[in-house]
Amino acid sequence: MTEVLRTVLSAKDYASDQEVRWCPGCGDYAILKQVQTVLAELEVPRENVVFISGIGCSSRFPYYMGTYGLHGIHGRAPAIAYGLKITRPELHVWIVTGDGDGLSIGGNHLIHMLRRNMDVTILLFNNEVYGLTKGQISPTSRPGQRTPSTPWGSFEHPFNPVALAFGAGATFVARTMDRDLAHMRSVLKRAAQHRGAAFVEIYQNCPVFNDGAFFAYTEKESKPENALFVEHGQPLVFGRNRDKGFVLEGTTPRLVDFSNGLPENVWIHDETDRTKAALLVQLLGMPDSGLPRPFGVLYADPSRPTYEELLAERRQRLAQRYPADLEALLRGKNWWELSS
Amino acid sequence: MLKQRITTPDVVIVFAGDSGEGMQLTGAQFAHASALQGNDIATFPNYPAEIRAPQGTLAGVSSFQLRFGSFEVLTPGDACDVLVAMNAAALKTHLHLLKRGGLLIVNEAGFDRRNLRLAGYPEGVNPLTDGSLSEYQLITLNISQMVSAALADTSFSVREKERMKNMFVLGLLAWLFDRPLSQIEQLVNAKFATRDPAVAEANIRLLHAGYNFGETSELFAVRYEIPRAELPPGVYRSISGNEALVLGFVAAAQKAGLKLFYAGYPITPASEVLHQMSTLLPYDVYPFQAEDEIAAICAAIGAAFGGHLGVTATSGPGFSLMSEALGLAVMLELPVVVCDIQRAGPSTGMPTKPEQADLLQALYGRHGEAPIPVLAAATPADCFQTAYEAARLALQWMTPVIVLSDAFLANGSDLWRIPSVESLPPITPPFATEEHKTNGVFHPYQRDARGVRPWAIPGMPGFEHRIGGLEKEDVTGNVSYDPLNHERMVQLRAAKIERIADELPPQTVALGEPEGELAVVGWGSTYGSIYNAVQECRSQGLSVSHIHIRYLNPLPRNLGQLLRGFRRILVPELNSGQLSQLLRARYLVDARTYSKVQGVPLTVAELVSAIQETLHHD
Repeated sequence: MTEVLRTVLSAKDYASDQEVRWCPGCGDYAILKQVQTVLAELEVPRENVVFISGIGCSSRFPYYMGTYGLHGIHGRAPAIAYGLKITRPELHVWIVTGDGDGLSIGGNHLIHMLRRNMDVTILLFNNEVYGLTKGQISPTSRPGQRTPSTPWGSFEHPFNPVALAFGAGATFVARTMDRDLAHMRSVLKRAAQHRGAAFVEIYQNCPVFNDGAFFAYTEKESKPENALFVEHGQPLVFGRNRDKGFVLEGTTPRLVDFSNGLPENVWIHDETDRTKAALLVQLLGMPDSGLPRPFGVLYADPSRPTYEELLAERRQRLAQRYPADLEALLRGKNWWELSS
Repeated sequence: MLKQRITTPDVVIVFAGDSGEGMQLTGAQFAHASALQGNDIATFPNYPAEIRAPQGTLAGVSSFQLRFGSFEVLTPGDACDVLVAMNAAALKTHLHLLKRGGLLIVNEAGFDRRNLRLAGYPEGVNPLTDGSLSEYQLITLNISQMVSAALADTSFSVREKERMKNMFVLGLLAWLFDRPLSQIEQLVNAKFATRDPAVAEANIRLLHAGYNFGETSELFAVRYEIPRAELPPGVYRSISGNEALVLGFVAAAQKAGLKLFYAGYPITPASEVLHQMSTLLPYDVYPFQAEDEIAAICAAIGAAFGGHLGVTATSGPGFSLMSEALGLAVMLELPVVVCDIQRAGPSTGMPTKPEQADLLQALYGRHGEAPIPVLAAATPADCFQTAYEAARLALQWMTPVIVLSDAFLANGSDLWRIPSVESLPPITPPFATEEHKTNGVFHPYQRDARGVRPWAIPGMPGFEHRIGGLEKEDVTGNVSYDPLNHERMVQLRAAKIERIADELPPQTVALGEPEGELAVVGWGSTYGSIYNAVQECRSQGLSVSHIHIRYLNPLPRNLGQLLRGFRRILVPELNSGQLSQLLRARYLVDARTYSKVQGVPLTVAELVSAIQETLHHD
């Protein structure tokens, strides 16, 4: 029997030699571990992976990866990724950002990256607060949140990141949470495999400045009543006894009791259906809606070509039509020769 | 009638008309014909900032200034010998440029009541008839009528015929300055023949009509001849500053064997660079229209991290937005080039007008100590050399580089002797190899003897590393808050940029002796005006030399010594004295400023006066 020798990388092999320096109990640790695990499962060679980040707690991420990494400036990770992806489309590029970095100072680049659909994976760590600058409100902070910059409570309306990404034309929109490792791993894997810009919002607990912000969705007692885990082809069901869910009356969703079995018009999740995705990210997204929050792959459109594919196609077409000749380019159309 | 022929060394013509009247095209075609005749040329287009300014108004005037001559022409000229004014507004806005006794050709139809009112002449006043133009050779033509007559048998509408009247003017001037029509015909055919043969034919007919009118009309007693310039042999073309920048970068990337990633956000007067780059996909150019200037420079940095040349071009407001990312590029030590096509500021300022007021921003406009090499182009054609050199320095030294150009160079054009690709200096970036590893480990900030770090790019197994904006430990590049390490890194980054001066050519005088009474020191687009002014003063016997600085950071090693060889130093600048401040601070010399901040170039005449005054005041 021949033995096939192959270097199989484990999650540990994707870690760098740097000491991880997030606060004890920070949700970022769990995300780091799952990302490393997913890369090992997908067997992506380390040298072909690049992590790009902006500024903030989440943006320290690249330093802890044993891959290539660029810790940029505040909000600009997608902008840095443009140049890298356009010139090196074969690389696996991950963008790690937070609710402040990605939705406030870098909001412009995020929406344009999603619109352009470059083949990158975007992880937005949402902790609804600025951590590294010590606790100010972020664009996802909830009304009433008291912070050093809102001592009497915030009165700003928050962004709903998945709705924003969907509205910007993202071809992959998902939500997961730091405290459900299996779910996070499966969502991250799907995101990494998506061809195009994949946007993943990760509910991430900040134990120092916003502890428990997402406990309603992540803790054993409250999770079943508040978190709705969607799966392609499966009905939208939740509750401790899995006895509640949604039906669709036309395009109007209604919360109903499923204890007597699934009604005929039960809402079956179809991640490729734009209309259903719009309802999922919008209606079930806002705080105080009284409705459960959906988790999982909310929308995925694998059909739209990526920016890199469209560019490559155009380049090929033009290269055939206009062969490059540098000397001729320098001369231009109207040149003449002067002899002595 | 036998026409007299007069030989003259150079001529300046200004074509001025409404922005829809084709003045730019007329000027450019005449310039090309002159270049083909063996003259040296310099041009300067001037158009309104508004895309469709109201017709007939002062704001709607577009003009094209052209100088051609039998010697090395360095500027489009202070004043013109011939002014073509297609309407009253064009006359009003450009008459000040016409020399006394100069030839003034006007289109009578552009001076009707409506045009006079739009140009702001009081009711009942017409400059063509009130004697106010008596010190010029006024030639009033009813061009519209002649065009209409020449195209009487065609089906073009009055409006379409009106749009072609520039061709009549072009034909007339071709006769006046003895330019053969064949070359202009070729240009017209190249532009219209395939798209619309009828238009091409009508244009050519008008060219001949204008030419023949000059020949037969008794209005013109004189015809001018401008002998060929003595230019070195070679292949020539006319080129604008922005075009030359593009070609310089393309040539550099090709020479280095890299992709050229270009990111830009639309802004006057740099957009042309984005447009040109966007046509060059087959040349390994990767053009990208970013959502703002911040994205543009960050994308360039991303491309450089990936192992390619990242370039962006912008103007003042966009350059300000790029400041933070430029600091990141300094920290990362990656090869990107940023071109600032300067325009009059601050803020939106005067977007189409030149100024040199971003020098100190280019040198110092970043937080922290963030030294960046800065180069400035002297002429439109010199933008090629400057771009190539900037890319070469960026790639050889792993550093961002800033190129300063301005609205005057960007849109102006002159003759370019095209270098062969072979003659361009080689570019060899310091890509990382196994030899860069210490005990099998790659350290991204392990510098070579010049202080340059190795370039390891994603895809290279065993070289995985992380870099970022946080201060990094010397050699390893790991994040470090160590006080002494920070100071050391600040010094290492500065020393690397300073060391570039070792390989730069020593500063020489552009004109004159390397010592004397007065050195006139300039940088950027004022080169031509200063050179001509110094030339004139020297012909008057004055002890004056011209020093033109291309490398503004690091400054040439011998510059201080050179400056100290002169009793006086005069620094003419299109700002309030930025270079002179730098020279004073750096060399403790008494550099005096000649400042002009009007959004227009320096004239030779004003510089001659300034030089005379400086020497006179001893």
